[in-house]
Amino acid sequence: MSRIQTTFATLKQQGKTALIPYITAGDPHPKHTVNLMHTLVKNGADMIELGVPFSDPMADGPVIQRASERALVHKVGLTAVLAMVKEFRQTNQTTPIVLMGYANPIEAIGPTVFADRAKTADVDGVITVDYPPEECSEFVKELRARDIDPVFLLSPTTEPKRVELIVNQASGFVYYVSLKGVTGAANLDIVEVSARVASIREQTNLPVGVGFGIRDAATAKATAAIADAVVVGSRMVQEIEASNDDNLLENVAALMKELKTAVDAA
Amino acid sequence: MQLYDMPDARGHFGQFGGTFVAETLVEALDELRLMYEKYRHDPEFLAEYSYDLKHFVGRPSPIYHAKRLSDQIGGAQIFLKREDLNHTGAHKINNTIGQALLAKRMGKPRVIAETGAGQHGVATATIAARLGLECVVYMGSEDVKRQAPNVFRMKLLGATVVPVESGSKTLKDALNEAMRDWVTNVHNTFYIIGTVAGPHPYPMMVRDFQAVIGIEAKEQMMEMAGRQPDAVVACVGGGSNAMGIFYPYIDVPNVRLIGVEAAGHGIETGMHAAPLTANSPVGVLHGNRTYLMQDVDGQIIETHSVSAGLDYPGVGPEHAWLKDIKRAEYVAITDDEAMAAFHNLCRTEGIIPALESSHALAHAQKMAKTMSKDQIVLVNLSGRGDKDINTVAKLANITL
Repeated sequence: MSRIQTTFATLKQQGKTALIPYITAGDPHPKHTVNLMHTLVKNGADMIELGVPFSDPMADGPVIQRASERALVHKVGLTAVLAMVKEFRQTNQTTPIVLMGYANPIEAIGPTVFADRAKTADVDGVITVDYPPEECSEFVKELRARDIDPVFLLSPTTEPKRVELIVNQASGFVYYVSLKGVTGAANLDIVEVSARVASIREQTNLPVGVGFGIRDAATAKATAAIADAVVVGSRMVQEIEASNDDNLLENVAALMKELKTAVDAA
Repeated sequence: MQLYDMPDARGHFGQFGGTFVAETLVEALDELRLMYEKYRHDPEFLAEYSYDLKHFVGRPSPIYHAKRLSDQIGGAQIFLKREDLNHTGAHKINNTIGQALLAKRMGKPRVIAETGAGQHGVATATIAARLGLECVVYMGSEDVKRQAPNVFRMKLLGATVVPVESGSKTLKDALNEAMRDWVTNVHNTFYIIGTVAGPHPYPMMVRDFQAVIGIEAKEQMMEMAGRQPDAVVACVGGGSNAMGIFYPYIDVPNVRLIGVEAAGHGIETGMHAAPLTANSPVGVLHGNRTYLMQDVDGQIIETHSVSAGLDYPGVGPEHAWLKDIKRAEYVAITDDEAMAAFHNLCRTEGIIPALESSHALAHAQKMAKTMSKDQIVLVNLSGRGDKDINTVAKLANITL
């Protein structure tokens, strides 16, 4: 069983929902990233989504765009991100790490080399925003051959027929994007999300994570009640953006604790 | 008979093209693909499109034999396809009319566009005004500065112009922002992409709407010269005017197709916008796979060209394909060479060309010199240069 599968199985036994924070690697500075990852775990992260900075993050709103820009000032690319995961693994062999990013950094080294390096760094899953299943069958094969889970997004506009196609390629979990639009946009409609998640569950046994639009304890709790995992991205990055070197870890820990309490109370 | 039959059903030109988008856009692109398939051969739709091209744009655009220029060069005869004479001053309107008519049939009351030089933005704002559609145009804030007259034109036409401050603040960033708008407002919004890039079906659809340039040129060359040209030359940023004039010639033997990229300060300086000429690696950006200017980490690098319309790190996937199968050749012209060709056409022929088109002119002049007087080079004069007068004045230290 992969780390992602083990994590979901354990939580299910305990009747709990996973909390998955997102941070962009290298934001606000590469020296903080591994410490931040450990802080997230210490304060309740069941899994971490680690963003790979990209020059043209088309599916991201202004908050995560700025995080990418801050990281790119220090030239944090895929190679640097994988080195961070490796460093994190020196003291943590249990928390799954899912990379989230865009296709081009992977294309630049090729899917086989990427999969090899991701395996060496001990990455558990990969979300590639602009690789729809039709365009990445080779990539998925390379990942699965190394027991890395290809995680795919499902959106409010994804038809049931496409859900079928996607869940057949995915492993680990699927990630339901609860809003139309870019990351960090507007408010989520929990009733609608609930109905969509229920319908996705009819088509797959994979755990369903929900993200986009979760910004506080209340939305985290409401989402936790219907999903297997709650993903918090822009809100987490906002906290990092608003902090300085001295209070960064403390502020992120406080936000995590608040979210964890809410998710566990669902 | 058309032998060339690209792209495949999923929008691939060999390894290039495709649909590399976030899941939220997949359904919208499927809908667009189906609607375009439905209407591309629909007589009523095509009649409406042709009517607008004739009565609103003023097509067919003439072909003009630039005799004084040809004599000055002393080689091949240079002919110009006068897209600069179209309503709004460039080839861009051919495509925006096609897509706006499609938007109307799909019941989308709002259109959005990205623009570099502003020509596509103006062409979109124009047809939006004519059809009563809401129009929002995204434009890099750098381009807003260097193309002020076009910004004003778009505003006069009732469009909202949104300056984009992210990244390099040019065309690629405007495209990113337009994509973000589309993801958010996909239910009521049609995204009018201005070049032969983006996810399927855009590269094919934009090419088809621009192919009117080449279709006319083939007929007009027979009337004017009794033969087809030895070479067709067009500038390439994303590559829509080039695809438009190349496409009907792909199956015509012995006609060389030459795309001219922007060499900026020179390919060797790295300050250019010429992914094909510089042998940039293959990558994925803006929904398609193509040759892309990027660093070792796969980050897109900043481009440079004096002409905003060519300032793009990628190129339409069909150009990447035509390069690989060696049906088209790609070369690059520097800022200085383009400027010289700009001034030369003004003085010899009384035509002020766009800086984009001046790249094609510069290369045509170089080629013509090495050819005989009975040979013909056809240049796609894709736009007029009125929009560039501020840029040119600044470079020549002239106060307007």
